[in-house]
Amino acid sequence: MPSPSTAGAVSNRTPKRDYLSAGYTVRSWLLTTDHKRIAILYLLSITLFFVIGGLAATVVRLDLMTPQADLVETETFNKLFTAHGVIMVFFFLIPSIPAVLGNFIVPLMLGARDLAFPRLNLLSWYVYVLGGLFTVYALLAGGVDTGWTFYAPYSSTYSNTYVMATAVGIFITGFSSILTGLNFIVTIHKMRAPGLTWFRLPLFIWSIYATSIIMVLGTPVLAISLFLVGMERLLGIGIFDPRLGGDPILFQHLFWFYSHPAVYIMILPSMGVVSEIIPCFCRKRPFGYSFIGFSSFAIAVFSFLVWGHHLFVSGQSIYAGMVFSILSYLVAIPSAVKVFNWTASLHKGSISFETPMLYALGFVGLFTMGGLTGLFVAALAVDVHVHDTYFIVAHFHYIMVGGAVMGYLGGIHFWWPKMTGRLYPEGWARFSAILIFVGFNLTFFPQYILGYLGMPRRYHVYPEEFQVLNVMSSAGASILGLGYFFPLTYLIWSLMYGKIASPNPWRAAGLEWQTTSPPPTDNFAETPVVVDEAYDYQHIDGVSPAGGAT
Amino acid sequence: MRIETAPRAPSPLAHHFDDIQQQHEAGELGMWLFLCTEIMFFGGLFLAYTIYRTQDEAAFAAASHELDLFWGTVNTAVLLTSSLTMALAAHAAESFQRKQLLALLAATMVLGCVFIGIKGMEYHHKYIHGLMPLMGLPFEWHGASSGHAEMFFDLYFLMTGVHALHMLIGLGVLLALLVKANRGGLQGDFAAPVRITGLYWHFVDIVWVFLFPLLYLIGAR
Repeated sequence: MPSPSTAGAVSNRTPKRDYLSAGYTVRSWLLTTDHKRIAILYLLSITLFFVIGGLAATVVRLDLMTPQADLVETETFNKLFTAHGVIMVFFFLIPSIPAVLGNFIVPLMLGARDLAFPRLNLLSWYVYVLGGLFTVYALLAGGVDTGWTFYAPYSSTYSNTYVMATAVGIFITGFSSILTGLNFIVTIHKMRAPGLTWFRLPLFIWSIYATSIIMVLGTPVLAISLFLVGMERLLGIGIFDPRLGGDPILFQHLFWFYSHPAVYIMILPSMGVVSEIIPCFCRKRPFGYSFIGFSSFAIAVFSFLVWGHHLFVSGQSIYAGMVFSILSYLVAIPSAVKVFNWTASLHKGSISFETPMLYALGFVGLFTMGGLTGLFVAALAVDVHVHDTYFIVAHFHYIMVGGAVMGYLGGIHFWWPKMTGRLYPEGWARFSAILIFVGFNLTFFPQYILGYLGMPRRYHVYPEEFQVLNVMSSAGASILGLGYFFPLTYLIWSLMYGKIASPNPWRAAGLEWQTTSPPPTDNFAETPVVVDEAYDYQHIDGVSPAGGAT
Repeated sequence: MRIETAPRAPSPLAHHFDDIQQQHEAGELGMWLFLCTEIMFFGGLFLAYTIYRTQDEAAFAAASHELDLFWGTVNTAVLLTSSLTMALAAHAAESFQRKQLLALLAATMVLGCVFIGIKGMEYHHKYIHGLMPLMGLPFEWHGASSGHAEMFFDLYFLMTGVHALHMLIGLGVLLALLVKANRGGLQGDFAAPVRITGLYWHFVDIVWVFLFPLLYLIGAR
């Protein structure tokens, strides 16, 4: 798709103003409607929340090094894992790739000057920050101890902690997610560059589109669930309260109708990132483009039909359980289609192991582990055994951290030169990627075993025979923490001292690499015209074997 | 950036769109998507209604008798008429009839306010008769299965309350449009915002079209 002749022209970047130098005042950032600046605002805020959520997890893991409750009080422990869950899920993972990378890259990939609704986009960030403030207030005021799932009637009737403030925070933040998804769908439909047909779109766009569908259709259901919890606490409307004729299981149905698809809000964008990285670093078009694309939609559709697998032991009818079990197995099909296609893409490729590729390969492995154990827990009988144990904790961390966060970090490294105009230090970055992979496995693999042996999740004290595995897990967590600390440091360092990036340091396909690094405010000097498929690497490498489009 | 001296009417075309048609299509698609989210939001309430009604249909029917069918019907008529004036307003905007547009927007707002007023009156009526089981207020039910009747009124206040909240938001948007149209600020691009606001307004109407039979008419009088 990129033609080297135009790339040569844009590399002369001195006379042009890029989006970063378009204004230096605080006001120019806080009132910006530029999707790239909004992406940076999101990047800063979700990083802050990631640190807070990570600190909560640190204390939890430190405390679990010993079988007794010695570091914090049991109530504090409950508040800590709740804070970790709420912050990581709603304030880091869900906005991570869509709001940061999606915001930055989607218009560039489409050859558009901005998202369809730039002011809504800015509003979504403010809404996110407002929701975050409510939640931070709840944490500072004394915390909340319901777990991130807010199960009624505990959340609606019994908990004496700051449930309302947290629920309001999540309710508000949901609107930011809705606005982001809505903006993406409209932009992808209406603002593609001339010639950019559906089947020429990068696979990242397909993933983001599927994610946006879930955001738009799922998030309102979470909103109404939390709204009803709030109404129960404020007005005494007992939709979930058995004393008032309500049904607590209904809360679980409504909550998981959103929160199971929400897992796919986290993983689908990562799959999109991996679908961009793998072709670039094996210099080859992806195997089965349309299969990867359509499997994203299959995952989005199935995601709405599997929520009942969280209720296998909640008193749901056994027949409903069987149907939900089969439907949950079906999700494995499009997921496996993706994994096989990525793997097949590597075949006969000329593979190189730059940092983004390390993350992408790590993603494929860890996601496979998380996905396969997902089949264990989707089986009715096995789930009775492992329900609410550390097996579940390990399973969803393999998906959410091993999958979503690896993809996010891979994407950050892949597009860092585009976002900042600087290269990150490759050696440090590779070292951290490997450290994260090792640390992650050491943290969470023992938890599979712990859970299978019967250690329940969310417990503060445990029998002594579990200590070895818990210490291994905590040791792994400290390596993982170090692995996250390095990128935070060297990426900031690279802003000042990193090498200046060329417009296309990876010789990658995709419209975003055809403009300068960092891009000008309007993205492209003139609207690009697309004449070819998305991943024509043979062509790129054939035309300019050395140096490529730089 | 400040070189332009001649004050011209600001172009209705935002910088990131290629032409005005693209901008309009984007706006309308955006509103349709937003309405999808609204359907899912109300869907949770309708789900709760369905579940609790199937548990005890007789109690729901008996409780439904306590609602004021007359005022409910009047309100339905008022709201449907407001949809008509809203549709006519969009038409007036498209044909650049500013005075008609102002009148029709104002009429829509008046009808909306009448609806809210009648709703408030009904709420007050329920409060007096002890049929408002909110905030620990006493629920005086003399028939059978008081629990399910109470759930009916819980749902009644929830659903009509959330609906009324959407009306209030709609009224706010209409007010903003009215002020803008009055200042003549919609030059060249009158129709799009009016049409898009209309979509929202009609949606809120349609929600009521479902609420009215489910709440007022299930008594099968």
